[in-house]
Amino acid sequence: MSAAPDVTVIDYGVGNLLSVQRGLEHCGANVTLTADPARILAAERVVLPGVGAFGNAMRALEQLNLVAVIRSLARRQTPLLGICLGMQLLLEESEEFGITAGLGLIPGRVVPVPAQSVSGQAQKIPHIGWSALQPSSAAGSWSGTLLQDTRPGDAAYFVHSFMAVPTDPAHRIADCVYGGHLIPAVISRDRITGCQFHPEKSGEVGLRILRRFCAD
Amino acid sequence: MKNIRLIARLDIKGPNLIKGIHLEGLRVIGSPSEHALRYYQQGVDELIYMDCVASLYGRNHLGDIVRSAARDIFVPMTVGGGIRSVDDATQILRAGADKVAVNTAAVANPQLITDIARRFGSQCMVLSIEAKQVGLERWEVYTDNGRERTGLDVVEWVKRGVAQGAGEVLLTSVDREGTRKGFDVALVKAVSSAVSVPVIASGGMGKPEDLLEAVCDGGADAVAMADILHYKRADIGEIRAVAQAAGLGVRNYERST
Repeated sequence: MSAAPDVTVIDYGVGNLLSVQRGLEHCGANVTLTADPARILAAERVVLPGVGAFGNAMRALEQLNLVAVIRSLARRQTPLLGICLGMQLLLEESEEFGITAGLGLIPGRVVPVPAQSVSGQAQKIPHIGWSALQPSSAAGSWSGTLLQDTRPGDAAYFVHSFMAVPTDPAHRIADCVYGGHLIPAVISRDRITGCQFHPEKSGEVGLRILRRFCAD
Repeated sequence: MKNIRLIARLDIKGPNLIKGIHLEGLRVIGSPSEHALRYYQQGVDELIYMDCVASLYGRNHLGDIVRSAARDIFVPMTVGGGIRSVDDATQILRAGADKVAVNTAAVANPQLITDIARRFGSQCMVLSIEAKQVGLERWEVYTDNGRERTGLDVVEWVKRGVAQGAGEVLLTSVDREGTRKGFDVALVKAVSSAVSVPVIASGGMGKPEDLLEAVCDGGADAVAMADILHYKRADIGEIRAVAQAAGLGVRNYERST
């Protein structure tokens, strides 16, 4: 029997990590929660979770000396999964409360979810609820990505007011639709993936994504 | 089109899942975890756990139930009943809840709404309102599981609660709760047109078709269901099919293979 895959979840004080941990454990992983740079650098694969404000999260990562650590994970080709705010942090900058620099692992910017639908009606912000995933226009097949076992139309659970828009459309692999707008749902570059939705709260659809990450 | 959400509501007393009528005459249904797992496997969009005696005794029994649910249930969970402080909210969120629902303590101290919303975000702070009709198009806020009147008008209170930072409203009609007579559509409409945050209609769903009125006429963003599920008068799949057939957007869900 092969050993359980190890997953290290970065615990930097933003949000509740229990659900992410339970979801990964459900997929058979050995989960470590830590903010220790040495343990994160040595990890087989790393999850960057996060809820709350972009600026606070970047400050917390800086105070824990984790910004350079996460950047070097990317250079080492360690599989890295950013969830929700953790996905947005992967980009170069965010417009939330003024411009704040991010980790810069995927070129692009975090911008507000449009407050009006394409037909001009006011829509509720945050975008909360289940939305279907669809391939982005420039995306190739989902084969070989964390969405390998996901079918277009599968729904995932979103809670967010901002969205992470990569500069290069090739880094955008799945979208959802909110008020007629295409919202980036999954972005990816090399072995880095970001999910705007919460795979740990998206039932079997989300667990399939976590299982694929654990096998990466 | 925005998807409506189908939510299973589990009222809890001690270790048991219970159900009452008008939130009273509580009857034991069974194990909360077995029911929650069944609804999850049927494809429920969210779960709401309400400890219905917590306000009375100032205790919360839900921590263990939620902690165990978080092991094998991977949809959002809202937990309410007996949450009196930011610390109580912190504890229940650490146990695996995604949102907290606050009624009695919010009425006693509206600042609590703001404090929870500032700490965890508005999306985490659900204002739970127990409403009883007191006149034509007029409803009064009740607390302590429909036992105590407050003198507050429901529409005024919901506006205040949202201004304080509530990101969602769980609206329970005490008059309809457990009666299977359908939702109080006028109440749902009065509340959903007063605020811009999502409103969950709760109380009275007797048959799957009842949700259509709550959503189409009442403007609800979600429906909370208890009796209809606990007594197996319909399952989530059947209810989703009814919503879909009526042209409502619902989460695309296929039973896992």
